[in-house]
Formats: sequence, structure tokens, C-alpha cells
Amino acid sequence: MAVTTQERAVAAKAGPDRPATLIWLGLGLIVIGQFMAVLYAPEEVTMGNAQRIFYVHVPSAWVGYLAFAVVFGASIGYLFTRRRSFDLAAYASTEIGVVFTTLAIISGSVWGRYAWGTWWTWDPRLTTTFMLWLIYVVSLMVRAYGGVGSQAARFAAVLGVIGFLDIPLIHLSVVWWRSLHPLPVVVRPEGFGSGLHPAMLQALLVNVAAFTVLYVALFSVRRRQMAAADALAELKNEDHRRAGTQWTVGTQEVS
Amino acid sequence: MQAIEARGLEKAFGPVQALRRVTLDVPAGESLVVFGPNGAGKTTLIKILATLMRPSGGWVRLFGRDPQRDDDLRRLIGVVSHHSYLYAGLTAQENLLFAARMYGLPDAGARAAELIHAVGLGLRRHDLVRTFSRGMLQRLTIARALVHNPPLLLLDEPYTGLDRHAAALFTDLLEQLRGDRTIVLTTHSIEQGLVLADRIVILVDGAVAYESRDGLEDQHAVGQLYTEFVRTGAWVH
Amino acid sequence: MGALSAVRLLVWKDLTLELRTKEILTAMAVFALLSAVIFNFAFSPSPAQAVTLLPGMLWVTLAFAATLGLSRSFVLERDQQCLEALRLFPTDRSLIYLGKAAANLLFLLLVEALILPAMAVISGIALLPHLLPLALVMLLGSIGLVAVGTIFSAMSVNTRIREVLLPVLLFPIASPVLISGVKATAGILAGRPLLEVLPGVRILAVFDVMFVVLGYVIFEFLLEE
Repeated sequence: MAVTTQERAVAAKAGPDRPATLIWLGLGLIVIGQFMAVLYAPEEVTMGNAQRIFYVHVPSAWVGYLAFAVVFGASIGYLFTRRRSFDLAAYASTEIGVVFTTLAIISGSVWGRYAWGTWWTWDPRLTTTFMLWLIYVVSLMVRAYGGVGSQAARFAAVLGVIGFLDIPLIHLSVVWWRSLHPLPVVVRPEGFGSGLHPAMLQALLVNVAAFTVLYVALFSVRRRQMAAADALAELKNEDHRRAGTQWTVGTQEVS
Repeated sequence: MQAIEARGLEKAFGPVQALRRVTLDVPAGESLVVFGPNGAGKTTLIKILATLMRPSGGWVRLFGRDPQRDDDLRRLIGVVSHHSYLYAGLTAQENLLFAARMYGLPDAGARAAELIHAVGLGLRRHDLVRTFSRGMLQRLTIARALVHNPPLLLLDEPYTGLDRHAAALFTDLLEQLRGDRTIVLTTHSIEQGLVLADRIVILVDGAVAYESRDGLEDQHAVGQLYTEFVRTGAWVH
Repeated sequence: MGALSAVRLLVWKDLTLELRTKEILTAMAVFALLSAVIFNFAFSPSPAQAVTLLPGMLWVTLAFAATLGLSRSFVLERDQQCLEALRLFPTDRSLIYLGKAAANLLFLLLVEALILPAMAVISGIALLPHLLPLALVMLLGSIGLVAVGTIFSAMSVNTRIREVLLPVLLFPIASPVLISGVKATAGILAGRPLLEVLPGVRILAVFDVMFVVLGYVIFEFLLEE
């Protein structure tokens, strides 16, 4: 397979091949984590085995928020420096964050179905996570429709900053809103306050670590992909320029 | 005193490089005309000089001051764009009054009226800008750009959409009101540009392809030069 | 030129432009009125139910009316690149944000002054005894809507899907305002003690301060290419 100079240039700009190890590590940890979730952790007293979805729900939600924190940091970086690398980091983290947040909401909803018989309860944490999901989706919309060139990047960055700072306020307002309708005391959504069995805690932590590693791996891959696409676009532009196809002469007569 | 000093100006929009290491020196009082085909980076250059954009590389100083650290520097700059910067729903007087006040001029109302008269629109002073023709808009745009008497005037393709006659009128007005201001004007109209120019620069693909030194070649020669650069694609990196 | 004078001048400009045509104000007011009527047709509430429904109706109506006004706000700058012209003035560019937000707030408050009595009449609810606390909550809520709405208006005006993007941006981000506003209004109308309503008022106040400051800081970064 002949590697052209163009391909080499693109690869050079994209960076070394570290993500592969991370992906294997992440997947490996997840396998271990899920085994622990299913076999090692004891059965929960009230909900039974259905509670085990908790070991997917909590880590996903954690990564969803972590990814948004990365979006926040990268957005600030971009607004200050206008460096493309910050923009790509924010974009990659947004895409991956929305995936994990979707997983968190679905798993949370399924859990609710088994705990309380409905597919959706307005549990404060789940509601806030849903709002996060909405902000993610809107952020992707801004990227898609935000206009040409650096404009979409700029707008998405502003939204990244505003959205992240807004999340605590959203949570506070939802908590206040729900204070009229307390959830059944018997089963708490995450069980942290009510004393978690040590084996459960271990299983949970392993899964949290696993999901986090997977996030980092996916983030690296996606970011590299975007940087490569960028490099390719730059090269194409240079090509067009040299071929003289990019610009046109002005409409005024040149005598 | 140099009105404008620019060194190695670069501007990238994502993967597109709009300006490549542009270096310019414009002494006070000089009139520099920048020619270039579409996409050459003329508007980008003007926007950076007008402090509307930060360059991705290089630096620029206006009257020795750094536009990024000096909000007040904008007092010294007037801009004429191919957009009019005028509110259609306000009268000519109101438009200029607003500008004059925003520049903090002490006798804003009188100054506004003075300039409207200077560009020959005195009779239409209290008419909504919505009712103005293109030529009248151009005149009012110049008036607005000069309301705070800036020593530097930047014009970005002001001849866009003007026929030969209107363009000539515009050039006349500009010459009249010019005073000893420094002018930088971008255009792809060789004819009008050469009338105003003390010096010319040809921008191709974001880089300075040609810069006239002492004196000015005649229109024919510059026209030939320009065509040659555009057709052969010879440019400087 | 002081910051206050600059903001005053910017508000004068928007006010003069709007009062000539009254396009925005009319659109907002008519829309708000129609909303109130449609809600009443949709729910046909009895007087007792009306009290429960009014807070939600009120805030939903306000949110959509605000969207109308906010979207027009930067459209009038777009026409001849007037926003660029504003950035060329020697004043602090973030004052453009404050000026726009202040003008938007003024228009929204004007519409609220009209719609509140109208809703009271249509729903047959006595709002007068609760006027002061209600006005406070609505003022705080309006500031919040306008604080983030002005930023998003500047963003959406330059996109292909301008009319859709603004509400889509505004509603999730301004949800604390809507949630707290509705619940606080409900508490006030039900005659709940001040202590119960206070958390909501606090959230509104924090939101306002946070996002006015953030808007001020971030606006210049938003506009620059």
C-alpha cells in the first residue's frame, strides 16, 4: 500500500497512535466492571437484579457531566485563543458527551420503570441530566447550522460556557420545583446517602473508572479524526489555490 | 509618524488562509489603494486595520498604538464599508447624531448637521434613510465616517454597486473632504482607484503581490501589471 | 463618554426605531393576548382551576412573546451591518450588549404591563392584592430571559434557521427562570407565606446577576471573528 506524501502530511498533523491502547484498556475495564456488577456485587434488597442497571446509569451520567466540563474548559480556551485545537476538543467532547448522556437517560428511565412502574419520573437528578442532554443537542445544532467558517465554532463555545454555568442553577430550580412531590423514600435513585454495601461501591467505582477511560479513548480518537479532516481540507485548499481555481477576477474592466 | 505599521499579518478562518504575512507601512497623509481580485483578502485586511478582527499572526500599530489594548484608538479611525452602517428607520440627522454622540463629540447636533450639509444632503436632513437612493446613501455614509474627524479613513470596496457616474461623484466627494487624512481604500476598480492613489498595493490570495514605490505608473501600465498577476497567478509568499 | 451615557444612547436608538413602526411591540402584545385567549379555550378552567393554571399560562406566554421581541432585536442591526458600526465606536464593546438587553427588557416589561391585567380579566382572577410580589417576580424573571436571550439573539441572527434557533437555545438555558418563575407566581397567588416563595426568588436573582455579568464579559468574544 503506497502512502502518498499527502497522506503522510495528514497523518503527521493528526498525531501519534496512542488511542488504540486506551481503547483496549477501556473495553477491558468495562468487561471487568460489568462482570463485577452482575456477579460480584450483591443483590439489592428491594429492587432485586433490576437494580444492577445502576452500574451503567451512574458511570454514564458521570461521564456525561465530565465531558461537559471538558467542553466548558475547551470553549473558554477557544474564545480566548481562537486556536483550532480547542475548538476540536470541544466538538469531540460534545459528540461523545451526548452519547453517554443519552445512555444515562435511557438507563435511568429503565430503572425508573422497574422501580416505580413508570418510564419517567421527574426525579431531580434525572431531570437535570435530561436538561444537559437538551443543551448538548442544541450545541450540535449550533455546530450544524451556526453558519460558515469559525462562526459556528464561536457560537458553540459561547453556548458551552453558558450551558455549563447554568447546570447548577437548573438543578437548584428543579429540586425546588420537585420539593412538593418527594420521591418514594424506600428506594433512592443512587443509594449513596443510604450506605452502600462495600462490594457495591467497589463495583461502582470500577465501572466509573472504566467508563472514564473509555471516554478519554473515544475523545482522543474523535479529536484525531477531526484534526485529520482539517488537515485534508487545508491541503485541498492549497491545491485549488495552485491550480488557480479558487479566485475569480473582479467585474470591473481591466484595461 | 507612521499612520499604519503592519508586520507579517496572517489571518486564518479554519483551514482557509485569508492573509499570508502581509507587511505594510503607510505614512500619515498618504493615500494607499489596495487592488485585488475577489477572495484576495482585501476585506480581511481592512477589518484588521479597523480593529474589527484580530490577526492570527503578526501585528499592527496605528499611530504607534496597539488596537488590541486601546479602545480609544477607534476615535482616530473612520470606516466606509460597502454596507452603509445606517439605520433605515432613522433620519439622516438622527443617524449622524447617534454616531456623533457615541464618539462623545461635545456639539453633536451641530456637527451632524454640518457634515450632512457638506455632502450636499442638507435638504433631506430630516428624511428617513429608507427613502434615500444608493448615491445618497454613499454620501451619507462618508459623512458618518467623518463625523468625528478621524485622521485615518478606511474604505472597503466603496465602489461596489455604483455605476461609472456615481463612482466618479464618490471619488470627487472623497477628494473634497479628504484634507490631510491618511486613506486606505480597497477596490477592484482600477479606474477609480488610481485617481485617489498616492501608492498602490496589489493583493493576490492574501499576499502582497506588488507594491509601487516612487511615483505612480500610469493607468494602462498598472492595468497590464494587474491582469498579468491575476492571469499567471504569480504571487509572493 | 461614560458607560451609562453610552447605554442610554443605545437604548434611545432602539426605542426611537421601534416607536416609529411599533412592529415589535404590536407583535408581542397581540401574540400574548392571543395566547391568553387560546389557553382559556384549551383548558376552559373553572375559577378555582384558573388560579392553578394562570402561572404556567403566564410564563409560557411571556417566554414566547420574549422570543418574538428578542429575535427582532438584532435583525434591525443586520441590515446594513450596523452591528459592525457599533463595534467601531470607542466605547467598551460589551456595552452594546447592555444597551440591547436594556432595550429588550423595556419592551418586554411594556408588554407585561399590558398582558397582566388582560389575563386577570380573561381568567377572572383578582391579581391586584398580589401586585407587588408579582411585579417583583416578573421583573426578575424578565431580566433573566433578556440577559441570556440577548446573547442568543445575537448568535441566531446570522444563521440559516434564525427563528428556530433562538427559542431552541433560550428555553433549556432559561429553564431555571421559567421553573422558578412559575412556582413563585403560583405560591404568591395561592397566598403562601413569603418563606416558601423565597428560594425561587433567590434562584431568579442569582440567575440574573450571573448571566448579566457573563453576558457582559462574553459578548465581545461572541462578536469577534
